[in-house]
Amino acid sequence: MNKKERTPVVHIVKRGALPWYGSWGIRGCAILAALIVCGIITSVVTGENPIQVYVAIFKGSFGTSRKFWVLLQNIAMLLCVSIAVTPAFKMRFWNIGGEGQALAGALASAACMICLRNVLPNWAVIVCMVVSSIAAGALWGFIPAFFKARWNTNETLFTLMMNYVAIQLVAYFSVVWESPKGSGNIGIINQNTMIGWLPQIGRYKYLLNVIIVALLTVGMYIYLNYSKHGYELSVVGESERTARYVGIKVEKVIIRTMLLSGAICGIAGMLLVGGTSHTLTSSIVDNRGFTAVMVAWLAKFNPIWMIFTSFLLVFLGRGAGEIATNFSLNQSFGDILTGIILFFIIGSEFFINYKISFHHSGKKED
Amino acid sequence: MKKLLAITLALVLCVGLFAGCAGDPTPTPSQAPETTGNVETPETTEAPATEAPAKLKAGFIFLHDENSTYDLNFINAAKEACQTLGVEEYLFKTGIPEDESCYDAAAELVDEGCNFVFADSFGHEPFLVQAAKEFPEVQFCHATGTQAHTNGVPNYHNAFASIYEGRYLGGVAAGLKLNQMIAEGTITEDQAKLGYIGAFPYAEVKSGYTAFFLGARSVCPSVTMDVTFTNSWYDPTLEQEGANKLIKNGCVVISEHADSMGAPNECQQQGVPFVFYNGSAADACPDTYIVASRINWAPYLVFAMQCVMDGTEIPADWTGTIATDSVCMTELNEKAAAPGTAEKLEEVKAALADGSLKVFDTATFTVGGQTLTEYMADVDDMGDFVPDTNVISDGLFHESKFRSAPYFDIDIDGITNIDA
Repeated sequence: MNKKERTPVVHIVKRGALPWYGSWGIRGCAILAALIVCGIITSVVTGENPIQVYVAIFKGSFGTSRKFWVLLQNIAMLLCVSIAVTPAFKMRFWNIGGEGQALAGALASAACMICLRNVLPNWAVIVCMVVSSIAAGALWGFIPAFFKARWNTNETLFTLMMNYVAIQLVAYFSVVWESPKGSGNIGIINQNTMIGWLPQIGRYKYLLNVIIVALLTVGMYIYLNYSKHGYELSVVGESERTARYVGIKVEKVIIRTMLLSGAICGIAGMLLVGGTSHTLTSSIVDNRGFTAVMVAWLAKFNPIWMIFTSFLLVFLGRGAGEIATNFSLNQSFGDILTGIILFFIIGSEFFINYKISFHHSGKKED
Repeated sequence: MKKLLAITLALVLCVGLFAGCAGDPTPTPSQAPETTGNVETPETTEAPATEAPAKLKAGFIFLHDENSTYDLNFINAAKEACQTLGVEEYLFKTGIPEDESCYDAAAELVDEGCNFVFADSFGHEPFLVQAAKEFPEVQFCHATGTQAHTNGVPNYHNAFASIYEGRYLGGVAAGLKLNQMIAEGTITEDQAKLGYIGAFPYAEVKSGYTAFFLGARSVCPSVTMDVTFTNSWYDPTLEQEGANKLIKNGCVVISEHADSMGAPNECQQQGVPFVFYNGSAADACPDTYIVASRINWAPYLVFAMQCVMDGTEIPADWTGTIATDSVCMTELNEKAAAPGTAEKLEEVKAALADGSLKVFDTATFTVGGQTLTEYMADVDDMGDFVPDTNVISDGLFHESKFRSAPYFDIDIDGITNIDA
């Protein structure tokens, strides 16, 4: 008390590794706290009963079997882009161009469906779609990677700008392939012939997409954790110099990883065009390229955890739409709730890595 | 590592199980037998008062939310129509893009028990048709679409309004403003140039700006007009740039067909008068906003929902007019409008409503110096762009007669596309 030296009341200490139940306990508390805050804000701002709002959020994903399938489809597409950007992120290559890479794939698919429909049989069109969308996505990833490897350009800006190039290209081709004339709208491609439409498994429209993405996810998990490539890229991510020292060709790893990243984004674009929507608009990827960054970060670049993080984001998004519809609230209100929940989840990472100790007794050793 | 692999496999199995479970129940709820019955046997004339009307639950799909002037206009009309008919159960889905999500949204509305589904954006059409085929017992109505009269889906319907009449009135107001400027000596007769920001070079837009121009020329004979396109229905920046470009090009009154506040804000800043669309901009632009035309969708929605309640058929194409109150003008801003505009607008509106004045009278415009005597338009949208119907007869281009969506896509003399 009468000491001159002031000891802070609160101080922050780095934690050691927590056991899994500890960290998940903290995360659980964060979600609970987020729900309580959301509840308070909901009842104060809108006067709705927060419990009913939560029920509506839940129903947005699980209310009917159709909603559940839409949930699965949205998870699959978000997860696909997320696992695509992951290897680059693990390499500390900030690829925020997932949007453009997926759009490039979508554009390539649509081009095959439109230009080859009278030339090739259906199966051949689909093969062309797969090949060209992978190639287009890979190209969109390759260009910034090449510049980075060769001239050390800033990949964040470069990949970001490649998004706009892709968006403008799609906007351009929307006018070239428009139907009817002048509308700038492509409509459903090959609606009657269904050429280039990926096959539907039974009566489950979205099942094929879900299966493909599940395979890609497991594949990416294995690639990152059990392959030499996966090891190399994480070494490059940790320290480029170490990588050079042990004889890893950094430039080659950067280009190879971005080719993979872009190729998987290209597949996502193909699944969106050929698998479900059968149309092309500049908003077809629906910002998943950016949301994927969050999915990957929240899951700490682990493809299996990404199933949960992408579920969480899609679940919240669908719930937001549901409450907008059921309570005549603006969609933005749902986004506010999503923002609060994400804030708490991301914030909880702080408490997993650090602990706050209040100064009560004597000094602790440092 | 092995543990993780085991967890992975367990997860994959779980997901598989889930998927299997969820897929089992048949997705179509059987909520509609009464409606179907009513549609097939339209016994409306017999004892309509005693028989309770079929219960209506309406679902609406909007491209954006209230922040878009286009969607706001629909949202207000939907609320108004539901209120008029006493429909208590209605659901809005806002921010639905023009892809598979539109089909999903429509199907979800049907799952919720809606027996009337309406979508507001042109690009929603193929996905709404897809839903209409799957749920034949539900009535689907779509604004601005073109396919209903040819695709043979009986529960799918298009609607539009003769908004070109409203634009013509807007043109009259703009022409009077030009006359005022000429009289005041701000511009000479030769400098009477209008500017128009269009979304796409699409018939809907061309029909609109041609009507606007003809309206202006009906009062100010020396007028010319420049048009620029943004190639987007909603892009505040491009619309603002478009307005700026037109003003630099010497346009002294501006109008537009796109859905943001970009152009009005630019005009307000530069002090250039403009005629708006979709709704009033008097609050945001008190000095320069003259008047706006808009489609009032409430009469159509009331009509279509009444049809569902009565079990009568909704026509494949429905075109509202200025006489049915589907086309209206918002408040006139006396501060920006030329004196006498209100009286003149009343006079022209009455003439349009009683049919004594026609917007697309072929005597009022020329193409390449020639008066048109026939014109083949692509009315039947089969995706082939083949003009199939002659739409000019008796000295008149019959807009919105053969289908509700506009098909006037002629470039007439006096209008210059500055992007070309």
